[in-house]
Amino acid sequence: MEITLTHYLVLSTVLFAIGLVGVMRRKNLLMLFFATEILLNSVNIALVAISHYHGDFTGQLFAFFIIAIAASEVAVGLGLLVLWFKRENKIDLDIMTSMKG
Amino acid sequence: MEMYLYIALFAPLVGSLTAALFGASKKTMFTGLFASGMLFASFVSSLLLLIGVLEGNTYHVEMMTWIATGDLYVPFGFVVNEVTVTMMMVVTTVSTVVHVYSIGYMDHDKSFNRFFSYLSAFVFSMMVLVMSDNLLGLFIGWEGVGVCSWLLIGFWYHKESATWAANEAFIMNRIADLAMLIGIFIIYWNLGTLQYEGIFAGVNELNHGVLTAAGIFLFVGAMGKSAQFPLHTWLADAMEGPTPVSALIHAATMVTAGVYLVVRMNPLYDLIPDVGLFIASLGAFVAMFAATMALVNRDMKRIIAYSTLSQLGYMFVAAGLGAYWVALFHLMAHAFFKALLFLGAGNVMHAMDNELDPFKMGGLRKAMKGTFIMMTLASVALAGIFPFAGFFSKDLILEVAFVEHHYILYTVLLLTAGLTAFYSFRLVSLIFHGEERYKLFGFHPHEAYKYMLVAMSPLLILAIIAGFLFKGTYYEMVIAMLPAGEYHVHNQVVYWVMTIGTQLFVIAAILFAYRKYENAKIDLKVESGFFYQLLFNQYYIPKLYDELFSKPYVELSKMMWKIDNAVVDASVDGIANVFYGTGNKTHTMQNGNLSSMLRWMVLGLVALLVSAAVFIGIVTNADAIMKLLGA
Repeated sequence: MEITLTHYLVLSTVLFAIGLVGVMRRKNLLMLFFATEILLNSVNIALVAISHYHGDFTGQLFAFFIIAIAASEVAVGLGLLVLWFKRENKIDLDIMTSMKG
Repeated sequence: MEMYLYIALFAPLVGSLTAALFGASKKTMFTGLFASGMLFASFVSSLLLLIGVLEGNTYHVEMMTWIATGDLYVPFGFVVNEVTVTMMMVVTTVSTVVHVYSIGYMDHDKSFNRFFSYLSAFVFSMMVLVMSDNLLGLFIGWEGVGVCSWLLIGFWYHKESATWAANEAFIMNRIADLAMLIGIFIIYWNLGTLQYEGIFAGVNELNHGVLTAAGIFLFVGAMGKSAQFPLHTWLADAMEGPTPVSALIHAATMVTAGVYLVVRMNPLYDLIPDVGLFIASLGAFVAMFAATMALVNRDMKRIIAYSTLSQLGYMFVAAGLGAYWVALFHLMAHAFFKALLFLGAGNVMHAMDNELDPFKMGGLRKAMKGTFIMMTLASVALAGIFPFAGFFSKDLILEVAFVEHHYILYTVLLLTAGLTAFYSFRLVSLIFHGEERYKLFGFHPHEAYKYMLVAMSPLLILAIIAGFLFKGTYYEMVIAMLPAGEYHVHNQVVYWVMTIGTQLFVIAAILFAYRKYENAKIDLKVESGFFYQLLFNQYYIPKLYDELFSKPYVELSKMMWKIDNAVVDASVDGIANVFYGTGNKTHTMQNGNLSSMLRWMVLGLVALLVSAAVFIGIVTNADAIMKLLGA
């Protein structure tokens, strides 16, 4: 069976849905980061696949940018996470309510 | 000469604005002197213009365009001719006197500066009213004097009665002004112009119905300003204002604006003698009606106010019968002696700590010699004794009625002349003669400042000489604009019998008043009588208006208030409540929990995606959907 664009897009959608559920349900901050990574990479897959399909490199270039930004985001995010853990000894999302309006 | 015209017009405005700068600050003598000086400048300019007019010139300037749109063209145009210059002289003379007098009268008032600002603003409005060369400019002046009258009646705004009277005057005038505006509209609709020249040129072409309608509507406006029945109640209540205001506005100038309007529009009224007869009849009725109310009143200023009303009735008789120059002449003479009478009353009020009941005075002639002489002479002039001003102007109106064969009007006016003499000297007698009753009430009367008396003296001189000195010159001058007519009774015997008879009748009335009121005895039997009570309560007309208009209006307002609450307020509040309620319900979303916020974010994303999909679906299938709807 040949792997077509549709397969890639289905894979991307499934991954995005998994990531979305993770973002909504996970209470552990570390897990939340994983979920966002899944979201970003699902988009990457879609971008690269469509780019290949059209024979246009723009999409693949976009994917590189996203990977770079995701890496820096995780770097900053993990740094904050470590700080938070040192202070509270917990990385549960439900205790992070200091932004309550 | 154009410069004099502008000085005459704008000097009072300069005075008013300058005084207004100091309006909120403490009394400064400067504002009083400056405003009076400006008025004097205006007076001198008017005098120079009068000399020019006597030489046969008229002055017409168009200062600038005011309204120019489509076919409507109204400039800020001002005209000085034989009629307007007469009014200008009356207005500037009386107001200069009143300004100087007010420096003394308002001496102790903390709103001294504000008073002069209003008073000069009034004079400016009056000058606009008089000098404008079109009806719209007259209307602006008309409203301007109305506003100033409101400000000045309610000058002591901390007094409930003063603010009430001010509002009453303003609202009554508003009713009449609406009619006047309709009259102006009718004229514009049919003639396409509001300039007097254009109106007078085209007025002959119009049909009788249109002319009658315009004449009636304009006269209703005049009725409001000149306080003719049934819009008369405000004038007596307007006496709540300071006395110089009563002298200037509610005796000499503003209330005569109605007469001026009829005189100014004489080519129109000449074509509709039916309306003229109505005006004359109403005038005669008001003359009598007001005089009877003055007979019994216990309030010095109100008596003079009713007398003003009565004299305005006389003027309307003359104007209605086509003797416009006689009406204007009586307007002038009346302005002088009535203003004098009011200023005298102001002196008495000052001396008596604002006491108004003449039954509490008596014998004041010793304490206030100057005022006594002035008020007596003013009353003599009002009663129309030879050779005072009133004789020449008021008896002339009687003759007009006689010569024009309106014997009923003549009889009414003759009787009113007797009543006039009676109530004038009832007042003089009660205030100045008899026992010194004021001692019982603990008053210490004193004469007014000397300069106030000096300020009044020009009016005194004019009240004496205006009749025999000016009549000839005045007549020669105004017949250039107004229909001439000597109004002489041709039969010499009838003439002398009439003149001497009227004089004797008036003198008898004066003597009767003296005899009756010298001792200020109150006849209880008369006072409890029906007629006395009827007159004392002003024919129950204020009460009637209260029952007929005010109370139903209050009821209506209360009902409307309920409707307002149920419909307007409820709908506005409803909208506000919806927003408030949704905010109240949804603020729990903002609970600060990152996880639930992320969920809302996802929900928002889904909502956006769905709506984008729906939108794209509609756009791409637009044709199919239109077809479906069409079918």
